[in-house]
Amino acid sequence: MQIAKVVGDVVATRKDENLAGLKLLILQPLTPAGEAVGRTLVAVDSAGAGVGETVFFVRGKEASFPFYPVEAPVDAGIVGIVDHWDLG
Amino acid sequence: MLLAKIVGTVVATRKDPRLVSNKLLIARPMDPRGKPEGGYLVAVDTVDAGVGETVLIVSGSSARMASGLKDCPVDAAVVGIIDNIELSET
Repeated sequence: MQIAKVVGDVVATRKDENLAGLKLLILQPLTPAGEAVGRTLVAVDSAGAGVGETVFFVRGKEASFPFYPVEAPVDAGIVGIVDHWDLG
Repeated sequence: MLLAKIVGTVVATRKDPRLVSNKLLIARPMDPRGKPEGGYLVAVDTVDAGVGETVLIVSGSSARMASGLKDCPVDAAVVGIIDNIELSET
């Protein structure tokens, strides 16, 4: 899993039927220091996240597990909202 | 998932039988501001997308969960046509 900031959202009317009702958010992955790193991506939300929040997300087929038994065609999903993090 | 712009189509007569009657599109990934990034890729179309449209592409094994692609040998599928992108930052 990775930490990211939600920087935007995406609207798609015509889409796969198993994506209906899912929120699509644009994520910018972060370094532990909180700086942007790497490319932005689109992820589905299963944690109730919103723009401006720091979240963690999974990549790969695991991103569809929160929607089981529906097989949502997603490869990135927000699974938690970060309250704070500490570096030792 | 990736945002991408459809820039072309691919025709292949001889192909895996499970790919028959699937439309293949050439897509260029882009950032949310529309700037192209990375290389081109070929994706299977499941939503009737066309050249010039901005789409949502799912890649990896998840692509097989798109409608009609169960057990198909694909690793990228177009699963949505983007109407609007909203960014909070500058």
